[in-house]
Amino acid sequence: MENKGKWYGTTVLTFLCIFWIFPVFCVLWNSFKNKTAINLQPFSLPGGKTFVGMENYAQAIGKYGLLKSVGWTVFITVFSVAAILIFCSMCGWFITRVRTKWTKVIYALCIFSMVVPFQMVMFTLSLVTNKLHLTTPWGLIVVYLGFGAGLAVFMFTGFVRSIPIEIEEAALIDGCTPVQTFFKVVLPIMKPTYISVGILETMWIWNDFLLPYLVLDIKKYKTISIIIQYMKGSYGSVDMGAIMAALILAVIPVVVFYLSCQKYIIKGVAAGAVKG
Amino acid sequence: MRAIKKYWPIFLIPTMAAFAIGFVIPFILGIYLSFTKFTTVTDAKWVGIKNYATAFKDSTFTHSFWFTAAFAVVTLILINVIAFALAMALTKKRRGTNVFRTVFFMPNLIGGIVLGYIWQLIFSGILVHFNTALNLNAKLGFWGLVILVCWQQIGYMMIIYIAGFQSIPGDVLEAAEIDGANARQTLFKVTIPMMMPSITICTFLTITNGFKLFDQNLALTAGAPMKQTEMMALNIYNTFYGRTGFEGVGQAKAVIFFLLVVAIAALQQKLTRSKEVQQ
Repeated sequence: MENKGKWYGTTVLTFLCIFWIFPVFCVLWNSFKNKTAINLQPFSLPGGKTFVGMENYAQAIGKYGLLKSVGWTVFITVFSVAAILIFCSMCGWFITRVRTKWTKVIYALCIFSMVVPFQMVMFTLSLVTNKLHLTTPWGLIVVYLGFGAGLAVFMFTGFVRSIPIEIEEAALIDGCTPVQTFFKVVLPIMKPTYISVGILETMWIWNDFLLPYLVLDIKKYKTISIIIQYMKGSYGSVDMGAIMAALILAVIPVVVFYLSCQKYIIKGVAAGAVKG
Repeated sequence: MRAIKKYWPIFLIPTMAAFAIGFVIPFILGIYLSFTKFTTVTDAKWVGIKNYATAFKDSTFTHSFWFTAAFAVVTLILINVIAFALAMALTKKRRGTNVFRTVFFMPNLIGGIVLGYIWQLIFSGILVHFNTALNLNAKLGFWGLVILVCWQQIGYMMIIYIAGFQSIPGDVLEAAEIDGANARQTLFKVTIPMMMPSITICTFLTITNGFKLFDQNLALTAGAPMKQTEMMALNIYNTFYGRTGFEGVGQAKAVIFFLLVVAIAALQQKLTRSKEVQQ
């Protein structure tokens, strides 16, 4: 009886799984079809006349410069996450170990910033970044460091509290400067938190649309999300073929990243959730 | 640890400078500008609460509030019930749980804009047979958004619930079984109370995500038809960038939106935290 119930459950889950993965595959096979076929019969497989090979991909890359925007997205994500990890872990360690009025204020501000919706600051943020000429991918890294600091500092302080202070004191007494102590003693201990924070911030920055859209000079620099929105909006007739190819090229890096560090991603999500 | 105190410029300045540029200054400036009329900051003129009055009188804004509230409640219930059920099914010994977990979580890594266009393809493919489309009917737009967001977030919440299930000590469930509790009693009297910390987190995330939704809304319906599927975040965006002269009103709406999100988050925390039990 119990076995039968289990078998039944597995079948339901399998069907649900197929339903879950279907939209992505649907986009995949549509990316090899011509425009009219995409609009009229999105669920049929490409074949015969509707099959256009790699033409949509050539369009997306040639006409819209998709590879360039993939490059910028990688650049922005990698360097923003690196900056967040290094600077926010330093900040998080410092404000946990040095308890003054000021460090408490910093901590409270970081927590506060996590609840504030982006719309609250979006207009004024673009004013500030314009004034400071931060409208390049390099400038965007500064903005991400500032906007991502809340969650990162929160998670790092949470972890530092659980490390015994004696190890650091021993290092200081043995003649390490605080900077050496941090990089040689504290940083290696915090490795799991680096992975969790790194994954959460990567997922956010890679997929972010509105912040880069408002901050960047989009005539020169486009991220993947921006270019997809741009393809849809800027021309009279929408090139669905190129959009399908762009969607696939946006999803592939994510899937590769996910399958290669799935264990860490799942752990990172579970760890990040404790923040509630 | 007094020795490290004077090293504060090295440890704090990079993060704090960026934090000031990216958050603190825009936030304070935003509050100030919500009481002024401006197109650039230099021409800001104090107008008191006039912008707030205009915002509350704007029928598209109040409509977007009700639309967003309905959306947040529906997704809150659907996502949490389904994610909880999936987590329960996947923590039982069963073949292939890892594959299921991998698949259900995957949509979460895809960005909102990309998700919007993926589902637009699917929905238009289905609705074309009924001679309609997502951007012609606000009801369809609403449920389209609900399906999209469920698809995206169920996997994430499922992971949190799975972690919660794994932290329930086995002897509690065993004791319930020995005492003769049936499956339903075990679920409502033992499992759910023990899962309250996870439920607090997941309901918090789903309700705030629901209110803050923007990318998916923009990509899937963009408010069509006639701003009827416009959610609050998109309404604020359109007020800022849709018409000139309404920047102050847009900022006032943003402040209202911010206060609303904070109030809901606080209320939600109070409601679910009080139901948590000591383990």
